[in-house]
Amino acid sequence: MIASLIAQASEWQAPELDWHALAPELVLVVGINIVLLVDLWIDQSKKWLMASLAGFVMLGAFIPIVTLAVIGDETRSMFGGRYVIDEYALILKALFLLVGYVIVLLSQTELEEGGYYQGEYYVLLLVSVLGMVMMASSRDLVSVFVALELLSIPAYMLAAWRKRDTKSNEAGVKYYLLGVFASGVLLYGMSYLYGTTGSTKLSDIGDALTDDLLPMQVIAVAFVIVGFGFKVSAVPFHTWAPDTYEGAPTPVTAFLSVASKAAGFVGLVTMLFVAMHPADGVYEPFLWILAALTMTVGNVLALRQTNIVRLLAYSSVSQGGFILMPLAVMASGDAAESALKSVVIYLLIYAFSNLGAFAVIIAVSRKTRSGEITSFGGLMSYAPGLGLLMTIFLASLTGIPPLGIWIAKLQAFKTVLDAGDGAAYALAIIAAVNTVISAAYYMKVLREMWMKPVPDGDTTPISAPQPVWVALGICAAGTIVLGLVPGLVLRFADLQDLTSAFGR
Amino acid sequence: MEVLTNDNWILTVGTFLPLVGVLVMLFIPAVEETLHKQIAIVTSGATLAVGIWTLVLFDYDQSEKLQFWVDEEWISVIRSGYTIGLDGISLPLYILSMAVTFLVAIYTWDNMPDAGNPKSFLMLMMVLQVGMAGSFIAQDLILFFVFFEVVLLPMYFMIGVWGGEQRQYASLKFFLYTMFGSALMLVAFLALFFQTDAVSFGFAHLMDAGALIDRDTQIWIFAGMFVGFAVKVPMFPFHTWLPDAHTQAPTQGSVILAAILLKLGTYGFVRIAIPMLPQGAEAWAPVIGVLAVIGIIYGALGCLAQTDMKRLIAFSSVAHMGFVMLGISTLTSLGINAALFGMVAHGLITGMLFFVAGSIKHRYHTLEIKRLSGLLIQMPKMGWILGFAAMASLGLPGLAGFWGEFPAILAAWNPHPALNQDLFRTLTVIAALGTVLAAGYLLWLYQRTAFGTPSDEFSGHDSGHGGHAAHSLSAAANHDHDDHESDIHDVNTIEWIAWTPFLIAILVLGVYPQLMFEVMDPAVTQLVERVGAGIP
Repeated sequence: MIASLIAQASEWQAPELDWHALAPELVLVVGINIVLLVDLWIDQSKKWLMASLAGFVMLGAFIPIVTLAVIGDETRSMFGGRYVIDEYALILKALFLLVGYVIVLLSQTELEEGGYYQGEYYVLLLVSVLGMVMMASSRDLVSVFVALELLSIPAYMLAAWRKRDTKSNEAGVKYYLLGVFASGVLLYGMSYLYGTTGSTKLSDIGDALTDDLLPMQVIAVAFVIVGFGFKVSAVPFHTWAPDTYEGAPTPVTAFLSVASKAAGFVGLVTMLFVAMHPADGVYEPFLWILAALTMTVGNVLALRQTNIVRLLAYSSVSQGGFILMPLAVMASGDAAESALKSVVIYLLIYAFSNLGAFAVIIAVSRKTRSGEITSFGGLMSYAPGLGLLMTIFLASLTGIPPLGIWIAKLQAFKTVLDAGDGAAYALAIIAAVNTVISAAYYMKVLREMWMKPVPDGDTTPISAPQPVWVALGICAAGTIVLGLVPGLVLRFADLQDLTSAFGR
Repeated sequence: MEVLTNDNWILTVGTFLPLVGVLVMLFIPAVEETLHKQIAIVTSGATLAVGIWTLVLFDYDQSEKLQFWVDEEWISVIRSGYTIGLDGISLPLYILSMAVTFLVAIYTWDNMPDAGNPKSFLMLMMVLQVGMAGSFIAQDLILFFVFFEVVLLPMYFMIGVWGGEQRQYASLKFFLYTMFGSALMLVAFLALFFQTDAVSFGFAHLMDAGALIDRDTQIWIFAGMFVGFAVKVPMFPFHTWLPDAHTQAPTQGSVILAAILLKLGTYGFVRIAIPMLPQGAEAWAPVIGVLAVIGIIYGALGCLAQTDMKRLIAFSSVAHMGFVMLGISTLTSLGINAALFGMVAHGLITGMLFFVAGSIKHRYHTLEIKRLSGLLIQMPKMGWILGFAAMASLGLPGLAGFWGEFPAILAAWNPHPALNQDLFRTLTVIAALGTVLAAGYLLWLYQRTAFGTPSDEFSGHDSGHGGHAAHSLSAAANHDHDDHESDIHDVNTIEWIAWTPFLIAILVLGVYPQLMFEVMDPAVTQLVERVGAGIP
């Protein structure tokens, strides 16, 4: 045994490393260590520096992404095609870093005022973002799994950050238990994939799978989807989401509902497109049901919520259904490319609008100290700026043109109709009806803001801190600009010949 | 398709100019109420000026062609472009939307709804105008869809914030109904796109390629569009949001809703659904015809049962839009001409009626027909205007309403040859009966409110005294609203300014309908030929 390993090792050669392509990850790794060390030596009174430092690390990692994107369209592939930097990876890495930056902006005052462990918080946040950035490039079962754990484990801790608050503890524990369970299921499925195909490289698995699936491979595909289903809170694997979202500190909730979810989708998409694409007989009906259930159940439950964060939690479940929808038809007709584009666009634009909505909640709850929807009463009359921004974000989430998400929804519908069979049309109709249901609860919040009186007549102005305004500005600009000129991001997702870009 | 590209900046400027006003208002504090009103009037006035210049530049000898044509890249990935143009069909509605917004902005000068905050109110109104004008110039389905949806939120807030007692219920109902319609409509748009080889969302391509889709598919796609547009029109049985929305909306909202928003639905039928899916249209025409006539009768009966003046006018809208849809369902050039004329006429007349209702509400604080009487004694000018608008609304020859209804009924007698003639002749007869009912409910309304003597609760003053009639503007605006009698005064200057153009237009179009028919007819004829060619 050992002798054979040694024999192998002697043939081992150092892999070619493309330092430029790895630069975003490297900047993050170095940055994480700097933040950790600075936190150890810095005086307690200067802890506020940590947020700025973490923000700079995110922006620093952004620079190589910009240079990589500017240099060109050549796909950079490492470790025998197991770690790939292509346009798809770049745009998603950019998304994760931008979301990370906005989360830092949102967390800053909350942490300072709450006296929480600032250094540790930002370290964990950066680690989680590192996992996400890796996820975008991973093309191997092992690296996908490592990336997933790297992004999840810090998030479990972040969810329980308010350690003297039982709800926050509940949030962390629920998220942790179900997350670990999901990882187990995922790993189980991956082991079958490896066992039946003999490779951990996704493109090899894709080549080895045929239309004639072994029963074990059917189970494997189903388990992988279930595993990621937890991560993206698809119904019926969504049960952790509302409690976790409600209990976790609001910036963390925003992070989970946008970045963590997006990372789950990225993993799922990579697995589906590169490794499991021949198994369409299994995943198409499975995803069809998941998508239909997710958007419908999420919506119906959202209708009954009185807490704004829970409402957004269920609404984000339902939005997940819309993101899943094109995947359910990705193998029918020539919908594959369109499906990928649709998922990427949706993740990008949804991030801006949803983060924006959370930013407004953070700003408003500084005054009201309440999470009830009624606490938004009369917001338009005493804080028209925040009211207008919230209107823009919620209208975008509803899918009203010309605000952001309309183009994502349009693209999703377009993909489904592109597939063009009966099941696809049925899914499109279900989605259309769900758009209307979702309008009902988004309007509930808008109604509160525009038409209801201020609770207790308390019209003291809201003092939102500077970083929150910056975050709001970024989100509003993203929501409006991407809605008006969607070509800006549609171009990035226009991956001519995705299969080669994925290293398939 | 031949297009004219001269002066093609003018539509973009005319459509988006109100946004300049919105941006300016955004940075002015809300307390500067007068300034906001001035900006709104100036902006919408400038927009209308661009509109009038468009009228001047429009080449009336080639009104069947799309003019001021722009075709720029927009979302190239989904093959949708910024494609705009104006022809004889859209010109009247485009100008109408600008004129109505301008006049409504003037009316708002001293008739701000009770909830106050003219800043938000007028900003929403300007955004609304962008959506309305944009819908009429869009020559690309996705662009049309965007503009069509832009109107949704502003109107929702207008009703929901500045409306009557039941405003929240009414606004949500309006929103969800429309949203439901547009969701299905979008699915239908996309289905049409894919059935025509997914090449372009441009109207020109879809009109050529849509006719080639097989019949069953056309019928299905038409069904989706039908729901979307029928909700907006609104056609029976999708009309139930309308009486609530109209009744609860502030006067300005009701006027814009009646004058322009409802037309987006009928315009969609004429511009999109019918020419792109001729066989679908042919299959659905009997359904549309029957529902239209049900709408006429049902709306009229509904009117007879109302006790609230504004609600009555709202139901009369259902009936009038029934005539418009009947005209469209004949698929003939006469019918569609009548329908387009009817749209503009209904916009002017019903808009006028809602103005009068709003002003009566402002003075009497009620619109309950039972409590109103003797308008002609207390406010003779207002009474006469109400009478004028009611006569126009019931279709008196010589006023604009006639030219929408009469040719529509006439067209139904001889529908397109592919349609069932017996059915349409039956519909003609029933629709003609509907005009009698219309005369009934409008005259009855007029008799109950305008004739007789003012009821005791409002007749504390003898209205004959000259001093009372000359109530100054500022006094009326700042008046204590609990004091009924002293609020009651005749039409004031601002109202005259806002209303006179409506009254003149109703009269001029009634006496000389050719003014509009001449502009529309070449485009309509071309459209009907296209439809005819698509029906085997």
